Amino acid sequence: MSRREEVMFVNTVTDLVEWGLHGAPLPRGRAWVLRAGAVVAFLLVWSLASGLVVLGNLFNPIFLAGPWRVLGKVAELAVTGQLWGHVAATVERVVVGFATGALLALALGLPAGHFPVVRNLLEPIVEILRPIPPLAMLPLFIVWVGIGETSKIAFITYATFFPMFLTTVHAVGQVDPLLLRAAASLGARRTPLFFRVVLPAALPEILTGIRLGVALSFFVIVISEFIGAEEGLGYLINDGRNFFLVDQMLGAAIVLGLLGYAGNALVVRLGRRWLRWERPPA
Amino acid sequence: MSPAGVGGARVRVEGVHKAFALDGRSTPALVDINLEVQAGELLCLLGPSGCGKSTLLNIVAGFLPPTRGRVLVDATPITGPGPERGVVFQEYVLFPWLTVAQNVEFGPRLAGVEAARCREIAARYLDMVGLREHATKFPVQLSGGMKQRVAIARALANNPSIVLMDEPFGALDAQTREVMQEELSRIQRVEHKTIVFVTHSIREAVYLADRLVVLTSAPGRIREIFSIKLGEARDRFAPEFTRYESEITRVVKEEVAKVRE
Repeated sequence: MSRREEVMFVNTVTDLVEWGLHGAPLPRGRAWVLRAGAVVAFLLVWSLASGLVVLGNLFNPIFLAGPWRVLGKVAELAVTGQLWGHVAATVERVVVGFATGALLALALGLPAGHFPVVRNLLEPIVEILRPIPPLAMLPLFIVWVGIGETSKIAFITYATFFPMFLTTVHAVGQVDPLLLRAAASLGARRTPLFFRVVLPAALPEILTGIRLGVALSFFVIVISEFIGAEEGLGYLINDGRNFFLVDQMLGAAIVLGLLGYAGNALVVRLGRRWLRWERPPA
Repeated sequence: MSPAGVGGARVRVEGVHKAFALDGRSTPALVDINLEVQAGELLCLLGPSGCGKSTLLNIVAGFLPPTRGRVLVDATPITGPGPERGVVFQEYVLFPWLTVAQNVEFGPRLAGVEAARCREIAARYLDMVGLREHATKFPVQLSGGMKQRVAIARALANNPSIVLMDEPFGALDAQTREVMQEELSRIQRVEHKTIVFVTHSIREAVYLADRLVVLTSAPGRIREIFSIKLGEARDRFAPEFTRYESEITRVVKEEVAKVRE
């Protein structure tokens, strides 16, 4: 078989269905070149824009720092060691806040999805609170638990709880009844039925909720770090605003983006391991 | 419940009625079904679509409660699904997150059978359905026919005394379907389970059944019961086979015609 044919070989029906819609996936190398090319092009357009501002004397170049200046600023903060304290502060808040939110969402969402009684007890409360933008609750958290770490962590927990809770309830509630019947006729009841069938069947959707939660954590941490923080990437952005350090603002934003990307990649990786059965290696 | 091991239990369906609520009105699906399936017998339920044959199977499986009447396994009335009644579904319904072998081991593991023994059981039944070398694959990697073999191995590995099969070969292509019928008939000669097999294929029913129950069009009643006296290894082209086939076809056609009227 030639190399080309090897690449085109259909392994599963799933492949065939997906390929039917999108064509065969690109060879790895080519996909990588395209991706790297896009990043380079983005940096190029950005440098060109900031260069034009300087050359054409369009406006004060301080407003649009070029990518090299921004990356230089990040490097400078990293070398002097300032960056790491801010990164650590943000990551710690995100990890603790998100983990608490995820634990709460699973602890309440799994039983709520499985037992109609629990669902009917919890859902009205969640439905009332959910439409309130979490941001509206931030000042309240500050009043209740102070301006320190606790309010920031609690805020992340609060904001990430809802999407993770709702996807968990939905995932558990939507498990194919035929799977439950098959398991019941093999002797599975109650606890084993839940842990051996309901939970693994719901896992793909629960993981989708967890990815949403991770993304949301990085979303909301910045906001709470704008208000009364002495450390953290949100603080760094706000500090940059006060002193007109656009390179610092953009730099901190890029670091946040990278952290969010890493967080998502971690969950995707875990998902690939736990959901190996969805796309097993041929 | 019969003791574990090869062999089946007797199933008795006593005065079963089933009605579903449809547009706020109670619509009968099954009327006055009385039926006895002997231990080790393969009984086919046949009838026009919508006649309630799957409903009857679901009642025996314990997935649906009858509106009236009851189902007994040996002398015990059933109250829900149970491991002594294995089920094979048309849609296979394998656990996609478990490998082929893990699917087959599911029942014995739950029952607390030790791991080494579970592996032996899985190997034995995967051999029986000819899938031993696929033991470590996941269900998404299998064809329809292979999935249904795994489902049959999974049901048998749990050592039920009764196996309920709801159009198990209905989604397979014609060739695979005949191969599966032959395999089931071969397995049954070893296992002697009590099997209730729902199908709308007359050929399939004549090939497999010891007795064959034709239901009327909806609401389902028992129209006629045929004993198929063709011995164990059946020839689909033998004249006696064709005679059964045409006789039963005539009866089923009458019922299908009633739906059209």
